[in-house]
Amino acid sequence: MDTILFIVFAIVAIVCAFNLVLQRHPISSALSLIGVMGSLAVLYLLLGAEFIAMAQVIVYGGAVMVLFVLVIMLLNAGTEKISRKSWFAQIAGLPLLLAFVALLGFLIRGVLPPLRAVQFGSWVGGTAERIGQMLFTQYLLPFEIISILILIAILGAVVLAHKEFD
Amino acid sequence: MNFYIVSLIKIAIVFGVFMTTLAYLQWVERKVLAHIQSRTGPLRVGPHGLMQPLADVVKLLTKEDLLPPYVNRFFYLLAPFIAVCLALISISIIPFGPRITVFGYQTYMQISDVNVGILFVLAISAVSVYGVALAGWSSNNKYSLLGALRSSAQMVSYELPLTLAIISPLLLNNHLNFRAISESQAGYYLGFIPRWNIVQMPFPQIFAFIIFMIAAFAETNRLPFDLAEAENELVAGFHTEYSSMKFACFFMSEYAHMVTISCVASLLFLGGWHPLFPAPYSDWVPTLLFVFAAILCFLHAITPARQRDRKTFPVFGIAFLIIAAIWAVPFLHFVLVPVFWFAAKAGFLLFTFIWVRGTLPRFRYDQLMHFAWTFLFPCALLNLLLTALCVAVF
Repeated sequence: MDTILFIVFAIVAIVCAFNLVLQRHPISSALSLIGVMGSLAVLYLLLGAEFIAMAQVIVYGGAVMVLFVLVIMLLNAGTEKISRKSWFAQIAGLPLLLAFVALLGFLIRGVLPPLRAVQFGSWVGGTAERIGQMLFTQYLLPFEIISILILIAILGAVVLAHKEFD
Repeated sequence: MNFYIVSLIKIAIVFGVFMTTLAYLQWVERKVLAHIQSRTGPLRVGPHGLMQPLADVVKLLTKEDLLPPYVNRFFYLLAPFIAVCLALISISIIPFGPRITVFGYQTYMQISDVNVGILFVLAISAVSVYGVALAGWSSNNKYSLLGALRSSAQMVSYELPLTLAIISPLLLNNHLNFRAISESQAGYYLGFIPRWNIVQMPFPQIFAFIIFMIAAFAETNRLPFDLAEAENELVAGFHTEYSSMKFACFFMSEYAHMVTISCVASLLFLGGWHPLFPAPYSDWVPTLLFVFAAILCFLHAITPARQRDRKTFPVFGIAFLIIAAIWAVPFLHFVLVPVFWFAAKAGFLLFTFIWVRGTLPRFRYDQLMHFAWTFLFPCALLNLLLTALCVAVF
């Protein structure tokens, strides 16, 4: 059951990610991105990270993407026109992309510890209680620093928006 | 195997009851509004218009399904689907009663017992903006687009006070799971004051409840915050271009949101399925209420206001007596009594939704935003801080 769900939602995530790049219309791309976020949330859920899964949907699926969609609607962005590609991009585009992906993969393999098969549902550190404990004990300093960073960003947004009104 | 069969049965029951509630909620709304405004409401189809929901469904199904030529087809067809799916999905994690044992099989009276239930509801309500936004945008109509933009901005703004109002009872209960939250509100102070979250010590959540209900009105796009479909400004707002079943989908999703948010409010603040006063007496309240309703029906049949009431009211009276008899059977108490108390609380909140619609005028749009950001949000924040302080000190 877990494996079937994983395969289905992994495929959905990849298809949506390709669709995001291939679609001409900004709204279609934005909705594909929501599809990617949603399927990633299901994958988190399969791994036992229930809190992260819900936070993913609330923050990315809800807040961030609603902002994207609203901005696209307000700007009334139409379908993109395809520009004529340069001869360099037409010839060397695909080989260079493959080379870049291969290089990236090689580097990541070098940094990460050897990969193992994932056991679905074996990890229990993803509950809200565990994450709360970790945030207020082991990762207290990064947590507080990020809070201050976000506060600064909010103040910056208020100052910028206030200038417009004057 | 048992798990799948029991789950299927539960889904069938919940789906059937939920759909009937949605259909008849609309009848109740029309009747209550009519009586608030000294009218009679639906009266023609069936006795007291009771068959009106069926007639409406037939009407909506047989209306011409118009597809305007200037719309963005794919998103125009997708939007009502998204709206209705997201509206119906939240009911699957609402518990209607405690753990029960049926034929030796223990189960919970809810479809699925999700560990992060509150977050699930918040996630669904965050995503459900897309149905409205896409409908308004893809209709290619200025009124629809204005309605959709208003509605999206309103739902995003009111989500903040809603979430902050939800957090404070969670501080008292220490759970994100609906069943656990409801179970931690069992029991009574001094033997008769229920330990519901709105009166829970050390800091009663009455303010959080009021803030939650105000934000809930905005989240469900109901009057006095129904700027999304303000008919004297925007024709019908985001669903102007929709007809037939696609319109019915938006209609249904609005009522489904109302039912879900009433259930969430009664679980978070009003103690879920726990009765108002201790068990030995409260078990007989539903029976007494239905017998009382039956007596009222018989009294009205003796002195009828209209001629046909002489025939219809005794039928209703007998129906109420049968319902009272079902609730009086002692070995069914363990299922029916919690369901009654849960339905009574959610039903009262639903009635409040309709009551407010019949009483208050619509806000202006700038008033709506001003109210959310300069009054409701600080109040919710203050309430959260006070609750946290009280929980930490006591």
